[in-house]
Amino acid sequence: MSQITLNVNGAAQPLELEPDMPLLYALRNHLNLNGAKYGCGLGQCGACTVIVDDQPVFACLTPCAGLEGKKIRTVESLGSAEKPGPLQTAFIEKQAAQCGYCIAGMLMRAQALLERNRHPDEATILEHMAGNLCRCGTHLRIIEAIKQVAGHNGSLT
Amino acid sequence: MSESNGLQPSRRAFLRGGALLMAFTLLPVARRALADTEVDTLGTVVLAADLPGSLRTNPFLDAWIRIGADGITVYTGKVELGTGVKTALLQIAAERLQVPATSINLLTADTALTPNEGYTAGSHSIFDSGTALYNAAAQVREMLVEAAARSWQVDAALLSTRDGVIEGPAAQRMSYADAVKHVDVHQYAKAQSPAMAAADFKLIGHSLPRLDIPAKVSGGAAFVQDMRLPGMLHARVIRPPRPGCTLQAFDAASIEALAGVVKVIRDGNYLAVVAGDEWQAIKAMRRASEVTQWSGGEAIPEAAEIHGLLKRLPSRRYPISNSGTPNGAADTRFQARVTKQYLMHGSIGPSCAVAWFKDGSLTVWTHTQGVYPLRAGIAEMLGLPPERVRCIHTEGSGCYGHNGADDAAADAALIALRVPGTPVRVQWMREQENLWEPYSSAMVTEVDAGLSRGRLQDWAYELWTTPHNERIVNAGRLLPARLLARPFASAPSVPIAQPEGDGDRNAVPLYELNSTRINMTFVTEMPFRTSAMRSLGAHINIFAIEASIDELAIRAGIDAVALRLAHLSDPRARAVVERVRDEIGWPQKSNEPGAGIGFAFARYKNIMGYCAIAVKLRVHSQTGEIRIDHVVTAVDVGQIVSPDGLRNQVEGGIVQSASWTLYEKVAYDAGGIRSYDWSGYPILRFTQLPKKVDVHLLDQPGEPFLGAAEIVQGPMAAALGNAVANATGRRWLNLPLTRSNPPA
Repeated sequence: MSQITLNVNGAAQPLELEPDMPLLYALRNHLNLNGAKYGCGLGQCGACTVIVDDQPVFACLTPCAGLEGKKIRTVESLGSAEKPGPLQTAFIEKQAAQCGYCIAGMLMRAQALLERNRHPDEATILEHMAGNLCRCGTHLRIIEAIKQVAGHNGSLT
Repeated sequence: MSESNGLQPSRRAFLRGGALLMAFTLLPVARRALADTEVDTLGTVVLAADLPGSLRTNPFLDAWIRIGADGITVYTGKVELGTGVKTALLQIAAERLQVPATSINLLTADTALTPNEGYTAGSHSIFDSGTALYNAAAQVREMLVEAAARSWQVDAALLSTRDGVIEGPAAQRMSYADAVKHVDVHQYAKAQSPAMAAADFKLIGHSLPRLDIPAKVSGGAAFVQDMRLPGMLHARVIRPPRPGCTLQAFDAASIEALAGVVKVIRDGNYLAVVAGDEWQAIKAMRRASEVTQWSGGEAIPEAAEIHGLLKRLPSRRYPISNSGTPNGAADTRFQARVTKQYLMHGSIGPSCAVAWFKDGSLTVWTHTQGVYPLRAGIAEMLGLPPERVRCIHTEGSGCYGHNGADDAAADAALIALRVPGTPVRVQWMREQENLWEPYSSAMVTEVDAGLSRGRLQDWAYELWTTPHNERIVNAGRLLPARLLARPFASAPSVPIAQPEGDGDRNAVPLYELNSTRINMTFVTEMPFRTSAMRSLGAHINIFAIEASIDELAIRAGIDAVALRLAHLSDPRARAVVERVRDEIGWPQKSNEPGAGIGFAFARYKNIMGYCAIAVKLRVHSQTGEIRIDHVVTAVDVGQIVSPDGLRNQVEGGIVQSASWTLYEKVAYDAGGIRSYDWSGYPILRFTQLPKKVDVHLLDQPGEPFLGAAEIVQGPMAAALGNAVANATGRRWLNLPLTRSNPPA
């Protein structure tokens, strides 16, 4: 066990962890954050996607030991069910979920793109999102929701 | 692992080329022990045959609706699998109670609380539960109004209701909660319910935002995976490398010594580790996998040989349709063999369950499709009376059929009994889901169809399949129960009867034919466990039928859509076909290189929703890569409950079926299953999406609900196949289209 301080959603979180623990388990079990999901543990599906500094990363693969001093953001940082953020609002308006298991990862990957490229075209969105899998076939709506935010100039938070 | 090491003789037989025993019986017309639908596989008993929907099996009104001082509670035995059914059922109940949707607390499947509606499967939820609620809610409302009328001594026809309050002509007011005190809701529903004109619907037919989405986009506790109970432990299972293996050596003490490990469980070939922290459980599981030694195991065939093998395995043959007298007339004939490989459900979240054994009773939170059958299976496995087991549905990742959900629940139950008093969460790993979920069957079909002077004549169709409905009818259907020191054996396989069908679902064309000779060979001993996945055999059967219609039309020089319309008399079938024909501008395709257009139609199970669909695509001449440019579909599912919910399901079906049809097959050879992760089982990614999808909804106000979730799978596959044939001039009949051998 090691003392590791993670900066998650703007708050410093001192944690007692095994240093090889992937970030996913620290988020879910030590910080009680549901957003990042276990899907494959292999970085193949993106259900666990979070943003570290400004990059989308697979939380299932990234050990906590290397994350001290970095800014980690999960889908909980975008808003809540009561006060959803702009991208969450777009997903709700487009009803862009079926089972919804992949959706938090989709939101975080899309958020990372929009923060770096405020108005991506559709081809850019498709390429960027290709790392995340959806099995229900909600892809068309996910793209529509991202395009809705890409198409205006409002704040992303 | 060496193949020669202790293979089971019975399983070995099929590997011995020609020297194979064929167990083959032609059953008489009456089948033995058939499930009528995949919904009522177990435990649902028809108590009132004249009642609509699931009132047939659960006729008491208070099984569905209870009203008290604490509000209105509506119960359904169906579960939310990600199709939006919970919101749709709420709309129906609120409409017929004439209350705001927000005033209802809707509870889904829980063996302690809700009716037993069998499985949530087969596009049956709105058909069964929606129909029950449509009638039960209206009848309860009528009883409340009549109670108020008696109390005020006025004619009930003079009363109205608004937001859960009954209003009388002299400004009297009585809440539902007060009125219900004068009503006995514990009575059978009546066959007839108060009528309501579809034009008066305020909720049915309107898109209500789904109840579950806000939590799912914001990190709310939305899934069984997100449950955290006080003191909850984390467990992982250690599975053998393949079915039928025997555990030779396992050093439990070395695992018990690992950090955080609370318990190591060994029961025959069943192994699990329990730890305080999830990551510790995973590390213990990995270490345990390394130190276990297994022997034997069932043989796995070579993928390239499976379709020949299916014809030689022990089986029963079922006649499916024998209409008319063959006349042999054919100026145009099409004979073909069509194949598909095993498919995975491929849920994005591997199966998970939480169980808690406390004071002699077990509670299991599970994403099963059928809480009651699961309860019976778990009770049998554990030797507990069923009333000591409670199964509560809690959402999981989309399942699309019988995936690992029930087995993971059985794991949690087995483990919870060994850590009494403490809740335990079991999460399968990706490779466990991929290797141990029941697959969708590999299949072979052979068609021989004739056309004479523009009329379809004789239709001969044979299909070979393994089971599509290995639901939990006994403990042996639960995978963990087969691994125990005193193992349970699976109940014999039986197919679902027509008209729902099993591997033979949609094997009978809806087109007018001179004669049919359609038979199913149902394989009863097989190398892989297979069970229900969306649309069952309809995926390949509709693909095969529509390829045949297309090919007959081409050979006879007839327009393929005109040929379909000439053999469809049902006006609703014709309407969806004509709508798609007109919307896509059939048969115009783009003039780009490799462009093709394809059309298909089916009515799901020949009794449920109608779907016609057309696809425009391009096939790359060198790589064979397929780009889908445009999909147009028209669907008729009777009275629409939620237009946006229906659209979401249809869009999803298009994308999912495109993935199955173009890309998917389980990879395996004698050495084992190779599709243990997404690299070994690639599915459609964003860059392979159809560029444009247009969904046309043909509403039928006031008509029965027909169900939606699975109606597109078969037609989309068929339209893709026909478009590829149109683009390449060759008939591709082996699925998946882009990863199988090309036509000879």
